[in-house]
This record gives sequence, structure tokens and C-alpha cells, in this order.
Amino acid sequence: MIEVNQTTENNYLLITVEGEADASSSIELDKQIREAMDSDAKSILVDCTNLNYISSAGLGVFMSYIGEVNDKAITFIIFGLSEKVAKVFSILGLDQLLTIKNTKEDAQAEINGL
Amino acid sequence: MKLKPTPKFYLRTALAVGTLLWLAKTLLDVTLSIAEASGLEMESGSENLSKTLEAFFFIAFLIYYRLRIDKAESNNFVDLIWRVFAIGLVTTITALIIDLFTSSIADTKLGELPYLAKFLFNINELLISLFLISTFIVWKKLILYQKSKRLLIWWNIFELTLVASIFFYLTGLILQESLIFQILYGVMTIMGLLLSANLKWVAYLNFKQKWKSILLVLLITIYLFYFFITVYIEPADDQTFANIGSLFVVSLFTFLMFYSLFSLLVILFNLPTSSVFEKKMEEAINFQRLSQSIQQGENEHQIFDVLLNSAMSAVYADAGWIEILRDTEEPELRSRNISRANISKVRAQIAQSKSKSVLKSPLEKASDRDRVLVTLRKSNFKSVLIIPIEVKGEISGYMYLLNELTDGFNKEMINIINTFVSQASISVENFRLMGEALENERYKEELNIAKSVQRALLPDTLEHDDRFEIHGFTQAAQEVGGDYYDTFRLGEHKFAVVIGDVSGKGTSAAFHMSQMKGIFQSLAQLNLPAKDFLINANTALSNCLEKTSFITLSYFIIDTEKRTLEFSRAGHCPTLYYSKKENASKFFQNKGLGLGILRNDRYANFVEVNQMEFEKGDILVLYTDGISEAANSESEEFGYERLQNLLDQNSHYDPVMIQKVCISKLYEFCGNKDLDDDYTMVVIKFN
Repeated sequence: MIEVNQTTENNYLLITVEGEADASSSIELDKQIREAMDSDAKSILVDCTNLNYISSAGLGVFMSYIGEVNDKAITFIIFGLSEKVAKVFSILGLDQLLTIKNTKEDAQAEINGL
Repeated sequence: MKLKPTPKFYLRTALAVGTLLWLAKTLLDVTLSIAEASGLEMESGSENLSKTLEAFFFIAFLIYYRLRIDKAESNNFVDLIWRVFAIGLVTTITALIIDLFTSSIADTKLGELPYLAKFLFNINELLISLFLISTFIVWKKLILYQKSKRLLIWWNIFELTLVASIFFYLTGLILQESLIFQILYGVMTIMGLLLSANLKWVAYLNFKQKWKSILLVLLITIYLFYFFITVYIEPADDQTFANIGSLFVVSLFTFLMFYSLFSLLVILFNLPTSSVFEKKMEEAINFQRLSQSIQQGENEHQIFDVLLNSAMSAVYADAGWIEILRDTEEPELRSRNISRANISKVRAQIAQSKSKSVLKSPLEKASDRDRVLVTLRKSNFKSVLIIPIEVKGEISGYMYLLNELTDGFNKEMINIINTFVSQASISVENFRLMGEALENERYKEELNIAKSVQRALLPDTLEHDDRFEIHGFTQAAQEVGGDYYDTFRLGEHKFAVVIGDVSGKGTSAAFHMSQMKGIFQSLAQLNLPAKDFLINANTALSNCLEKTSFITLSYFIIDTEKRTLEFSRAGHCPTLYYSKKENASKFFQNKGLGLGILRNDRYANFVEVNQMEFEKGDILVLYTDGISEAANSESEEFGYERLQNLLDQNSHYDPVMIQKVCISKLYEFCGNKDLDDDYTMVVIKFN
């Protein structure tokens, strides 16, 4: 199961993803990211500190927004990935297309640095 | 050829025998009366002979009517009574004609012929006997309707006694003079009376049938009286009774008359309450309709409609509706005798009403599972009954029943409604369960198809030459994954080897896998370098794949002449390579991006290709993430290091052995858990 929450903080939209992103929960994840993309937020941070597992379905969700993020010039940063999950992202090569940071501070710095 | 006696044969025999006996008797009587008139002395036995013939005549016709009426399966009571009435009518008319004829010739010469009177009397006797016997058989059928064992025994005793009494004439006693006769008659009358209390068949007549029966039974009773008079009161002397010599006939008369009278009275007195019984029957039928399982192709609506109709007719409701809660905001409505607008009005009034009583025991807590009785003052409908419909423990909807009278619903009615609702709930639950079961079946079918597609796509033989050995292994999971491996001979000494993993599971993964195979088999023919292969594959797949699907791939070109290995990793798990020279294995660390993630020209920027030379004894291990991510019961993953260590330890073996060792260690690690992803491995050892 997955739990996804969104809040607005400072100058960005924070999405917190907790649990497991598999085939059944990817629908919920997709819905939340869609909502975030439809809002006016220029920066979106995704907190994956408590994301235990991600399957190809979950990866597919993130992957499907890459184009849109680039087109709309939205800053989209994923942070807090566990070693296991980060490895999955890097094997697939998504770390070359999505901005991945270690900590929230790093992510905030990235936004403010722009 | 032996003639098999059929029932029809017995019927006809009985009829023939009976008729013959009557004819014989008549002949005898006529002869006797002529002889008497002529003053001839006849043997004393001839009276007895006549009576004997009569006795057997009775028996013959008892058998005949038994076969004719008793065996007929019809339980149509009015039909049976009508038959009796018809016979009675014929008999009466004949008797009347004879009567008329007799009185008209009374003063003529013809009237003095003794044998004519005897003859006519015998005709009467025949018809009356037939009437009595047939009525007896029909009355038997009515009495034995829904019989118990006890009743059957008593009846058989009665019937036996009656048949035995046919032969009582042999004693020559007369009712008016003999005590024994009287006692026996009394006993038989009492038996007949007790048996006459069995009138269950009356309850099953509907209103119209009851009226018909009253008429018929009344007339039959009249006939019986008329015949009694005809037989036992001499036409000449209206006041005196003839000697009653036949115990059988007189007992029969008495019994039949009593039963007719009883039936008449009982039907009459049951008229006012017949509607209640009919209603109960209707309820039982409705209940049965509710409990019938819904056939495929029908839907839930039908159960709710039947429920509403049955409930409304059972309690004389003037209108009603059922609200079925669905996922949509507005509940689904099935209504009768009331429009949607009025439904909203009534609901508003219910919400405002202060006289609501909840029907439950005072000890239970209030909840929405309560049945509620509401009294409305300002509406057309003065009383409302609200019943929740529960399916699988959850409230599925509510039924509202409306009555224009106050206090329109009593306890009895509410009980009936409860049984209807329970039954409807069960039917709906069954219907939904069946739907789920069918869904499951369909899903399983899909999985099977996906599996067989996947199996068919993997190659039977792997291309190689004598410079390297190659062995592939795959173990499919319950939920079909999307593992794929293949080879292609690019040239005399050049081979393409590919391993891939399609994202997702089930039929869509199988489809994408077949697309990948097609793309590989086509592109490989072009003998492209690894980079171009991947770029082209990415372009081809960009058009095929679903929005959130991708394929990871590792592509190898083995040149056995130059002893080179060209490889590229498109997002797939890092390949493991054992170097004999270094006696150690390591994972290739090249960058890459899965296919179908970047669906434009930019993909080319993410393709990294490496080249190296291989030596004898070097080993290449290709695998999918099913192996690296395989978890044991403590959620620990098999991981990359274990694989690496296994290869180091088993590098001296051939590919088949290496694969077997790895997989068995994998199984050992995972324990008895079910696979949730495919295990695929391709081992290449260079010679």
C-alpha cells in the first residue's frame, strides 16, 4: 500500500510518498503527481524517505512525467531515496533524466540556487 | 406372444364383467317376477343368486371406478366433483323419466306387467349404484388428499369393512329387525363420520372454485337424498320404508351424505377466510421466486424488483421504492406507484417527522440497520415502513413501503417483509459472488494466455560456435513477468546475444515482449553496431509501448574470430563478468537508459558502448532483476554480491552447471516462497 500527501511549503509543492509503489498503488501515485502537475507549482519536491519499494509500475509513473516536466520547465526533485531504491533508479538510468538529491536540504538548495 | 395386462385391459374387463353381471341379474329378476306372477314355485336359492350377482356387480364396478378415477393423477377437485355431478345428473334424469313413465302407464295394461316394473327398477338400481360407487371413489380421493399414514390405515379399514359388508346379505338380516345389523350399521356410520373430518382439499380452492363447488356439492346432496327415497320408499306407499337388506348400500348412502353435507358447510364457512389462504400461497410463491438464483445475463435489478413487488402485495402497500446504494452519489431507485418527485417529497417529510418508531428490542443499540415505522400527517401516505437491505454484512440499500392508512403495517406483515428481505439479500450476495468468481476465471485465463505467449517467444536453441558455450534458463513466476533472451547469428563468427526485461506483468508484458522479439529479430539482421541497434530499437519501441512501460535490455555482439565482446546496457541489471586471468568476477559499470523512457532523438546521448577482449575460461552471466531482487522471508534480497561470490566459486564449471548451482542457491535462499517475478539466467563461457 502507498500513502501520498501533498502540501505547499515556502516556494514549492512537497509530495510525500510512503510505503510501496507497486502495480496497484501506482494509480494513486499517478493521481497525486497529476494533481501536482496541474497546479501552478513551479517546483515540486518528492520526499521518498519512507518509500520502501518501487516496482517497474512505480518507475513508469515517474518516467511518464519526464517530458512534461521538461516542457513546462518545472523543477522536479526527488530526494531521500533509500540505497536500495536509489540503485533501482540508477540502474534504469532515470537518475540521468530526473533530478535526484540525497536530502531535503540539498533539494531546497537546488531550488533556491536557481 | 404373451398379452401383457395393461391398466386399460383391466378397466375394460371390469366394465364388461360388471355389465354382464347386471344383465344377468336383471334377467334373473325379470324371470323371477314373471314366475312369481305365474304362480310358479322357484327355488329359495334364486333370491340369493340374484343378490350374489348384485354383490359381484358392486365389486366389479368398484374396481372399474377405482381404476378410472382413483388412478387418474388429476387433483383438480372441481373437476372431480363435476364428474360426480354429471353422473348424478344422468341418473336423476333417468330416474325422473322412469318415474314419469311409470306413473303415466300406471293405469294401463302395460303398467301391470310385473317384469316391466322390475326391469325399470333394475335400471334405476344400476345407475344409482354407479353413482354411489363413483361418488365414493371421488370422496375417497378428497379425503385422502394430503393423507397421513394413520389416516390411510383408518381409511383402508373402513373401505375393507364396506367391501366386506357387500356380502352381509348372505345373513338375510334386515336393518329394522336385526340388532347386529343395527350395531354394524352404527359402527360403520361412526367410522364414516370420523373420516369425513378430512376436508383439507377445501383450503386449496380459490374463491371462484369454492362457489362452483358449493353449487355442485349442494346438487349432489340433493341427488343423494332423492335416490335414497327412490330406493327405500316404495313408489306405491310414500310413507313406509322398504326393508333395508343391504348393509353396503345403506352405509354407503349414509357416509356419502354426511361427507357431502360436511363439505358443503365447510366450503361455505371458509369463504370469508379464503383470501387469507390465497395470500399465504402467493407469499410462498414470491419467496420461492426471490430465492431462485439469478441466471447469467440477468442483473441485480430483477431481484430488487421482485422484492419490491412481493413486499408490496404481501402488506397491501399502496406504493413503495427501493434505494440501492452504489458508488455514485445518488442511489439507484426502483419504484412502484410513485413518481420520483413524490419520492423526494415523502423523504423530506420523513426527515421532518417526529413520530418514528424503531422496531427492535429495547436492549440493542440504534444503528442504520433498524427497521423504522414512520407516521406522516400531512402526506397522502400516512404510514411508512423503512427496511434496510443488507448484503454481506453491509447496508446495500433501503426499501420504503407506503400506505395511505395510518397504522398500515402490523407485526405479521413486518415479519413477512423481513423474510423477503433476507432472502433477497442472499440472492444478491450470490449474484455478486458469482460475478467475482467469473472475473477471477477471466483473469486466470488471461494469465494463462500471457504465460504461453511468453514461453513461445523464448528460443529453443541458442546460436553459438565452438568458441563459446551458452546456456539459458528461465523459470516463470505465477504472475507472468516479461523476461526475454535471444541470440542471432550476425555472420560466420559474429553473434548477437540479448537479454531483456519488460516492465509490468500479465498480458501487456507478454505483448511488449513479443514486440521486442520482433524488433530484435528484424534489427539484428542489419548487423548493426550495438549503439545503432539500441537507438533504432528505442525508436521502434517508442511507437509500440504504453505510456508508462519501458524495456530494459543488454545487448552483446560476440566476435569469435577477433575474440571481442561489444556490449551496451540499456537500463538492464549490470552484467557479471568473470575473468579467468584475474580469477575474479565483476559487474560491468556502464551507463545506460532503458528503452522507451526517452522517446526522441535525445536517447542517442545516453547510449554507452564498451568493447573488450575475452580470454579462454572467461564467463559472462546475464540475468534479470527477478534474481537480484528475490527476497526471502525476512525481506532480505539475494542481491549482487551473492551472485558474484557464486560465480567466483563455480567458475570452473560449464555454463549448465553454473546456472544450476546459482539457481539452487537462489531457491535455498528464498525458502518456500512463491516466485513473484521470473528467474532468468544466460551463462556464456568462452573456450
